[in-house]
Amino acid sequence: MIFLAPATLGFVVFYIWPTLRGAYLSFTEYSLLQPPRFNGLQNYERMVQDSFFWNALVVTVEYVVINIGLQTVLAVLIAMLMYRLTKSITVRAVILLPYLIANVVVALVWYWMLDFQVGIVNQGLELIGIDPVAFFGDSHWAIPTVAGINIWRHMGYTALLVFAGLQMIPSYVYEAAEVDGSSEMQTFWRITLPLLRPVLVMVLVVTMIGSFQVFDTIAVTTQGGPINATRVIYFYIYERAFTRFDFGYASAMAMVLFVILAIVSLLQLRLLRAKESDLA
Amino acid sequence: MRKSLTPGRAAAWALLIVLMVLTLFPFYWMLRTAFSDNTQLAGHPSSLLPVETTLGAFKRVLGLSTVEEAQAQGGSGAAVNFWLYLRNSVIVSTVTTLCQVFFSAMAAYAFARLRWPGRDKVFALFLAALMVPPIFTTLPNFVLIKNLGLLNSFAGIILPGALMTPFAIFFLRQFFLGISRELEEAAMIDGAGHRRIFFGIVIPMSAAPIATLAILTYINSWNDYFWPLLVGQQENVRVLTVALGVFRSQTPQGGPDWAGLMAAALIAALPMIILFLAFAKRITNSIGFSGIK
Repeated sequence: MIFLAPATLGFVVFYIWPTLRGAYLSFTEYSLLQPPRFNGLQNYERMVQDSFFWNALVVTVEYVVINIGLQTVLAVLIAMLMYRLTKSITVRAVILLPYLIANVVVALVWYWMLDFQVGIVNQGLELIGIDPVAFFGDSHWAIPTVAGINIWRHMGYTALLVFAGLQMIPSYVYEAAEVDGSSEMQTFWRITLPLLRPVLVMVLVVTMIGSFQVFDTIAVTTQGGPINATRVIYFYIYERAFTRFDFGYASAMAMVLFVILAIVSLLQLRLLRAKESDLA
Repeated sequence: MRKSLTPGRAAAWALLIVLMVLTLFPFYWMLRTAFSDNTQLAGHPSSLLPVETTLGAFKRVLGLSTVEEAQAQGGSGAAVNFWLYLRNSVIVSTVTTLCQVFFSAMAAYAFARLRWPGRDKVFALFLAALMVPPIFTTLPNFVLIKNLGLLNSFAGIILPGALMTPFAIFFLRQFFLGISRELEEAAMIDGAGHRRIFFGIVIPMSAAPIATLAILTYINSWNDYFWPLLVGQQENVRVLTVALGVFRSQTPQGGPDWAGLMAAALIAALPMIILFLAFAKRITNSIGFSGIK
């Protein structure tokens, strides 16, 4: 039993207890200075009225849709390219590299490259005759920009997950397809993609859960601006808790995020029939 | 599959190479900027080589240049000491990794090998914790660390991750389950206790997955921002990621010290790049079969 003691202690103190306490705090008013005071459903009622909360949800969903949509397509593309062309570990390593660099570092590098006046990206755009874009300063561009940065960091990692899934597809199905005269495109849409579905579902669930929790990139670049355009739910909860010391309300929002994530994962698993494999 | 270079394959290679260049270019740009003189950067925004090559930016962020020197090269002159933050990051990541991997391995052994009532239910509960979004437990954990008086201490930064993570236990349990029992049973007949079996047989036999887990844990810990931002703001325990955020918010809006920022970012990224170069094969191979982190 001594084997389990440290981990159990850690689990109870830093996972179980805070989960229960977080649920309780969401029904209280708590400023850290005085003990939490139970106030029933007030935090949740307030949330319904809070336009910042709704804005945060909308912005977060916008981010998730752009991020996950593009990232998944790119990851499948990269994985297919690697699968067909090379097993080189160097290629895989290069593709993975950005994932190992801290979000904060990645955000700063892109913040510099996308600078309105002297950033290299806008210099490049100017060269081909496009007006410079205020990637972080324009409220229409801010969320796509943040999404793009995180796609750059994560697409290689996601591609390697898909790549691992591709290798699990037995070669005889491809041989059969070739014998039947299937074109490459047909093979991809009719065979590869359906057989890849269980892997894709898992990848989608995991990347989407991560994507809902975007924080670091925004904290070091836009800080929620311009005019609330990038105040995602994680950042709003952080602000409420740690700059306004409104812990009860922040906990209630974290609770809602928790429920949303649980529903999203369940729905995805259901809709994409994750458990059935077509390879039976 | 045919291996000859058809036009289709050539196009595919071209696309893959473009994607790799897109992946690598920001690293080059970070390097190019870090070795530039910040006052000259704005004049040559698209120069592909460093502008007025200098080590000034590195000296500046490592606290090695005087205020005058720093300002002459476009720094703010504010005191920054990335040596200190580098040291803090090393301390936090090393202690977190050692403790987390060791205690998780012990627990994984208990879940994989020991028989006790309710084992599988407890394991399921551990896994269920993976579903709880970090921010939900982070708020109460912050209150706990604050009440324990551990704000702005290494203990406060390290403690929540030091004893276990559900992922680490899950990861190692998979490997322990795969080890053949015969050796352990033989040892048990010879009178070896669980402690000797764990240290003498299980750990040596799983050295490879334990090393992989340790590397992944180290990288995650090194790159973590949110938790140290909350509990480790003070300079003496500030880690690199937090320091970069502070450095960025200190730079004046008009003329940011881009060279300094990129030099600091490079200092934060370089240890991970080196670690990756050393263990590239192990790290890339771990992604996929270990499932999902």
